[in-house]
Amino acid sequence: MSEKVLMKGNEALAEAAIMAGCRHYFGYPITPQTEVAAYMSKRLPKIEGGVFLQAESEVAAINMVMGVASTGKRVMTSSSSPGISLKSEGISYIAGCDLPALIVNVQRGGPGLGGIQPSQSDYTQATKGPGHGDFRLIVLAPASVQEMVDMTVKGFDLADKYQMPVMLLSDGTMGQMMEPVSLDISEVKTYEKPWAVTGTKGERKPNIVNSLYLKPDELEKVNFERYERYAKIEKEEALWEEYKMEDAEVCIVAFGVAARVSQNAIDRAREKGIKVGMIRPITLWPFPKEALKKASEKVNKFISVELNMGQMIDDIRLAIECKKEVLLCNRTGGMIPTVENVLSKIDEAIEGGRK
Amino acid sequence: MAVVFEKPKGLTDAVLHYCPGCTHGIIHRLVAEALDELGVTDRAIGVAPVGCSVFAYNYFNCDMVQAAHGRAPAVATGVKRSDPNNIVFTYQGDGDLAAIGTAETVHSAARGENITVIFVNNAIYGMTGGQMAPTTLPGQVTQTSPYGRDVEKVGYPVKVCEMLSQVDGATYLERVAVNNVKNVKAAKAAIKKAFKNQIEGKGFSLIEVLSTCPTNWGLAPTKAIEWLEENMMPYYPLGVYKDKTAE
Amino acid sequence: MNKEILIAGFGGQGILFSGKFLAYGGLIDGKEVSWLPSYGPEMRGGTANCSIILSDNKIGSPIVDKPDVLIAMNAPSFDKYITEVKSGGMAIVDSSLIDKKSERDDVEAYYIPATRLASENGLTGLANMIILGLFLKKTNLMTDELIDKVMKKIVPAKKPQLYDLNMKAIQLGFNYEA
Repeated sequence: MSEKVLMKGNEALAEAAIMAGCRHYFGYPITPQTEVAAYMSKRLPKIEGGVFLQAESEVAAINMVMGVASTGKRVMTSSSSPGISLKSEGISYIAGCDLPALIVNVQRGGPGLGGIQPSQSDYTQATKGPGHGDFRLIVLAPASVQEMVDMTVKGFDLADKYQMPVMLLSDGTMGQMMEPVSLDISEVKTYEKPWAVTGTKGERKPNIVNSLYLKPDELEKVNFERYERYAKIEKEEALWEEYKMEDAEVCIVAFGVAARVSQNAIDRAREKGIKVGMIRPITLWPFPKEALKKASEKVNKFISVELNMGQMIDDIRLAIECKKEVLLCNRTGGMIPTVENVLSKIDEAIEGGRK
Repeated sequence: MAVVFEKPKGLTDAVLHYCPGCTHGIIHRLVAEALDELGVTDRAIGVAPVGCSVFAYNYFNCDMVQAAHGRAPAVATGVKRSDPNNIVFTYQGDGDLAAIGTAETVHSAARGENITVIFVNNAIYGMTGGQMAPTTLPGQVTQTSPYGRDVEKVGYPVKVCEMLSQVDGATYLERVAVNNVKNVKAAKAAIKKAFKNQIEGKGFSLIEVLSTCPTNWGLAPTKAIEWLEENMMPYYPLGVYKDKTAE
Repeated sequence: MNKEILIAGFGGQGILFSGKFLAYGGLIDGKEVSWLPSYGPEMRGGTANCSIILSDNKIGSPIVDKPDVLIAMNAPSFDKYITEVKSGGMAIVDSSLIDKKSERDDVEAYYIPATRLASENGLTGLANMIILGLFLKKTNLMTDELIDKVMKKIVPAKKPQLYDLNMKAIQLGFNYEA
C-alpha cells in the first residue's frame, strides 16, 4: 500500500484522472475549481501524450472534450456551476453521440453568477441531465478527498463501460480541503472502442460519431435503446453508504459535505440517546432508491440535508413512495448547514414523531 | 472501355441532398480529390457542421464527427490533439463559422491549430430556409432582412479572411470561388495546399469558398452564378490573404 | 483525541501555511486529518481562515465553527470567533495587532505580540510560526521530534535556510512567557 499524502481535493482528483489513463484535459478558469486546471497544466505536458489546453470558453472546452472522446481516448474537463451551464450544450451532444467523458463540477452558489462558496444547487441540473433532450448522466458525489480520487477512477470506468458522460459532482469544500489520501489505485480496466474515429487506415468502413437523426422513428429507437442502458445502470450501479442505520428511527439523507456535517450531528444526537442514522447517496443518478425504500419500512421520518433549496427532497419522496414525512434541513447561497442546524432538525423530527 | 471520369475515393456512394445548382457538391468533390491525391483519406477525420452541409458525414468516405453549431473547430482541436498524425478538417458554412462559431474560429486560428478549415460562404442561412447570415451583403433581401440588410440597424458583413489575416497564429488564408472552371481549378489548388500545410505541420489553414444558394436567393442556377460574380466577388475579393509558407 | 483548530487573520499572514504544518503533523502522527481554507478574492488582502481537525476517529464535518483552539491574528477575526470557542477551549492572540482581551472566563487566553517579535528578530512574515510555537507549547500537540520531521517535510528542499528561520520562529513562540 502506498503512503498517504495530504492533497487538496481538486489536485487529488486531477492526479487520479492521470492515473486512470486520462491524458487530455480542456478547461477554463473558474473559482473554486481552478486548481484542477493548474495541476493538469503542470503535470500533463510532462507525460507522454499528455495534452493540457486552456480553451477560449467553457463551450469550446467541452467540444474539445467531445473531439478527444470521439477518438476513443479518456478525456475530461472541469468547471464550476456557471461554467457547467455553458457546457451543457456539449454535454447533450456527447450523450447524444454515446461518447464517454468525465465532467467535474466543483459547485458554487447560484443562480446566475451567484457566489463562489460551496453549494449543491446544481443537483437538479446534474441528475436530470444538463442540456436538451432525453439523456442522463451518471452523477458521482464524493464526500472526502479519498472519494474524489476513487470516484474519478470509477467515473472513467463507468463512462467507458456505458459509453456515456459521467459527472463528478463535488463542491467548493471538497475541492479546497486537504485530507490524507492514498493514490494506490487498483487496476484500471480498458475497453474496446471499435466506434472511435481514428482514421480508417484503409482497414474498415468509416466510423461516424453523430447525434443527428432526422427521421423521428430512428431517433426514437436510439433513445429507447439508450434508456434500456440507463435502466441497467439504475439496477446495477447505485452506490450509497449507511451510517448507524441499524436501529435508526430517523434517517438523514445527505451527500458530499452535507453528509460530513450530518455525521457529526448524528454522533452528537446519539450521545443524547436519539436513534438517528444516515443514508449517504454516493451516486446521485442512479439514486439509491432501493436503500431508501427499505429504510422507509423501519424509520419514522427522513431529513434531507442539502446546500440548496431542497432539490433532492422529491427524489427521496419518490424513492420512499411518500410513505414517510421528509423534513428539509438546508442552507444555500454558499452557506453550509451547521451541526446545530442539523441537530435542531433532528429534534423537530423526534418531537413531531411523538405528537 | 477507358475510364475518363471517376468519383473520388474520398466520397461515398451516398446521393447528395443538396439543391440543384448548389455548389456544395463541387466543393465536396474538391476536398475529396485533395485528400485522395495527397494519399491521406485513410487517416482523415472530418468534422461536419450544422447547416446545409450537416450531412457531410454521409458523403466523405473517411471517419467523421458531427459537431454542434459553430463548434467544429473546437471538436477538430480535440480530434487533432488526440492523434496529430490524423488529418483533420472542418467543413462549415457562414452562419456556423462566422456567427455562432466566431470564437471557435478565431481562437483555433490564434492557437495555430494544425487543422484545415473549409469555409463555404453563400451569404445566407440555407438549411433553415434563407435567413440573414453574418456574410449577407448590404441591402440583400433574406427571410429575416425582408427590406434588405440595413447596415445602420444590423451592421456590416463579416469578412472572415480579412479578419483572420490579422491573427498571428493563422498560416494560410485564401478566398476562392467555384463559379467557373478556372476558379474551380484554383479552388482545388488552394484546398490541396491547405491540406498539404497540415501534413507538413505548418498550422492553421482556412479556405473560404464563395458559393451559391439558388434556392434561397430565389434565382436559377445560372443566374445565381451571375449574382455571385456581380455582387459577392466585388465585396469579397478573391485572393490569398495570408500565407506564412510563402514568407 | 479530537482537536478542532481555527486559525484566522488577514490573507498573506501565512494562515494556511501554519494550518498545513499542523495537518502534516497529524498525518505523520497517524491521525485522521482535515484542512479546509477559506478561499476566493478575500484571500488576497481580506480575512482568511483555516479549519484544521486532528482526530483519532474518522472526521465528520471539516468545518470548524466551534473551535477547541482559536489562533487569532487580526482584530476582525478575534471579534468574530472569540465567542465561538468551545467552553474550556483556548485562544491564542497576536497582541501586536489585537489590543482587546477575551472577556470569557471559560476560555484560556494567551497573548503574544507575534508580529512585533517577528520584525524585532529578523523574522518578518513569520509571525504565524511564532504564534504557532506558543500554540504547540500550550497544547502539547507535537513532540520536538515531530516538529522537526514536519518542518523538513513542508519546507522546500531547495530552500534550507527556510527551515532554520521557521524553526527559530517556532522556538521564539515556544519560549515566550505568556
